[in-house]
Amino acid sequence: MSALLEVSGVSVSFDGFRAINNLSFSIGPAELRAIIGPNGAGKTTFMDIVTGKTRPDSGAVTFGERSVSLLSMSEAQIARAGIGRKFQRPTVFEDQTVAENLTMALKAHRAPWRVLFWREGAVDRARVEALAAEVGLADALPRKSGELSHGQKQWLEIGMLLAQEPRLLLVDEPAAGMTLAEREHTTQLLVEMAKTRAVVVVEHDMDFVRRLDCKVTVLHEGAVLAEGSLDHVTKNQQVIEVYLGRG
Amino acid sequence: MTRQSFTERSFLAKNPSVLWFILILAVFTLGVTVLSEAYGVAFLSTSFVKTLGKTLCLCLVALAMDLIWGYAGILSLGHMAFFALGGYMLGMWLMYARTEEIVVAALAQGGLPATPEEVRQGIAVQIFGVVGASELPAIWAFAHSFWAQMALVVLVPGGLALVFGWLAFRSRVTGVYLSILTQAMTLALALYLFQNDSGLRGNNGLSGLQNLPGLSDASQDAVSMWFFWGSALALGLGYVLLSWVVSGKFGSVIRAIRDDEQRVRFLGYSVEGYKLFVFTLTAVIAAIAGALYYPQAGIINPAELAPIASIYLAVWVAIGGRGRLYGAVIGAAFVSLLSSWFTGGRAPSVPLGFYTVNWVDWWLVLLGLSFVLVTLFAPKGIGGLFDLWQGLRGPDRKGAPLGPDDGALMEKEARE
Repeated sequence: MSALLEVSGVSVSFDGFRAINNLSFSIGPAELRAIIGPNGAGKTTFMDIVTGKTRPDSGAVTFGERSVSLLSMSEAQIARAGIGRKFQRPTVFEDQTVAENLTMALKAHRAPWRVLFWREGAVDRARVEALAAEVGLADALPRKSGELSHGQKQWLEIGMLLAQEPRLLLVDEPAAGMTLAEREHTTQLLVEMAKTRAVVVVEHDMDFVRRLDCKVTVLHEGAVLAEGSLDHVTKNQQVIEVYLGRG
Repeated sequence: MTRQSFTERSFLAKNPSVLWFILILAVFTLGVTVLSEAYGVAFLSTSFVKTLGKTLCLCLVALAMDLIWGYAGILSLGHMAFFALGGYMLGMWLMYARTEEIVVAALAQGGLPATPEEVRQGIAVQIFGVVGASELPAIWAFAHSFWAQMALVVLVPGGLALVFGWLAFRSRVTGVYLSILTQAMTLALALYLFQNDSGLRGNNGLSGLQNLPGLSDASQDAVSMWFFWGSALALGLGYVLLSWVVSGKFGSVIRAIRDDEQRVRFLGYSVEGYKLFVFTLTAVIAAIAGALYYPQAGIINPAELAPIASIYLAVWVAIGGRGRLYGAVIGAAFVSLLSSWFTGGRAPSVPLGFYTVNWVDWWLVLLGLSFVLVTLFAPKGIGGLFDLWQGLRGPDRKGAPLGPDDGALMEKEARE
């Protein structure tokens, strides 16, 4: 199985601080992967690099069968190429309805002129309704998303990601601030999504990672410390030191 | 109920304000026509009809400002420069063609028919004698053609907005820095036009624009009504066009850019492209409004491009209510008419015994104070009254930030 995303030898420093240090990482086209690591391990910077927000000082990032380099693409181009990102804090457009949020995310032409003349057809409407149902917001379509609960906003954002039909999803701490029942639902969503596409979950919460039941990559000081099943990496002496030794 | 809000309903059903707006505008236009000197009972003076016509043009440019600021969150302080440029472009044809008539008539008295070269020379001296030149500058090459200058009304401000916007947005200049940049553009343009060799008559500007070439028989009473109708038509069309622009997914995207442009990038939309599109579109609308405004004002000079004019425009939109098109129209009409009442010396002075409040001087203070008060206590402006009336409430954001852009700032401030 060839890799969908291939990050090789990437380094980036901010004002002399090496946030990412010769990091290499790859993920296949239909795989669920959890990235864990202590604060400052470079998890968010890693996502920034893949989504084009941060340019690395060195290294290569390639995507897709034709191994297109992402380094020369803008954030919007990378998103159109099929990489979706979910932020830690739910970022939906609170002043707009759930339906408007989902419609905006629907896979379609993104150029201003095309969007100006775009009008919702029956197919789009059905798609928006199906997505809303999938993330449990079928009854909330006409509501302003600012009125939703924290967990509902998270799901709306996941729904927006699904609407983009990305091939790779980067999800930053999806379970933060969720109730137990909401976590259960989120786990199901992520596992379901990873059946047809690559999903990378950055998470602090070991319990949540255990539920995902997938391969785990441990980051530390901007590089991969260990990789394998959760049981495998938690037995790793270095990982134990990093997590427990630093208190 | 669930489906209704976004399922297929006609454009007008989704935007009831459009029908109301067109209805009110039509009644207003009809009313003014019936009361005018030219076509009615002569209750309204021609100069007042001109004031009303000019106000309609200001409402149109306020609509453009609302799209760029209220919807897309870009506080441009340069849109009155596009407005004035539009006025200059049409003014060039008005002045040239009108002067041509006068020159041809004068030369005809000499007996021999005038050669085209003599006519051209005569026009140049007539127009540019005041700045000590006797040649038509190169930028007047198309001034003889109405259609060419009409095209330039759109192309010059649109082209300037396209180039300026491309440079500014590509460098991701946002928020207050972008406002300063647009203001600098306005100031630079005004200073350039103030020069005598700018080719547009320096600080004299263009004058006599109220006289329509080829229609010297028409009275100003009638001409004022024609422009009033033209302005009303342009405002109505502008309102329908912009309502349509903001009603669909495009409107969703630009409001999203206002609230969190980084998030919009991750959805795959080219934020810079959208900003450039909106900036250029609104510049063109502003220019068309200006082309209708200055023939009614009769004169245009570089003082019209002063940055303060664009700041006034922002004040109108803020007082009227940003982010809703009728708010911008209400703000522009209300504040500009009130302004001409106060500064026209018709408002009675207030004697305080020790000091007499003269409104010509104190109006600006009052306007500034209302701007501050509206910003602090009623960020939705006058348009917010419609929400009270409909019993609508904004979503409770529970203190969540609206986004990094300054366009979202006021709603945030309102919650603090």
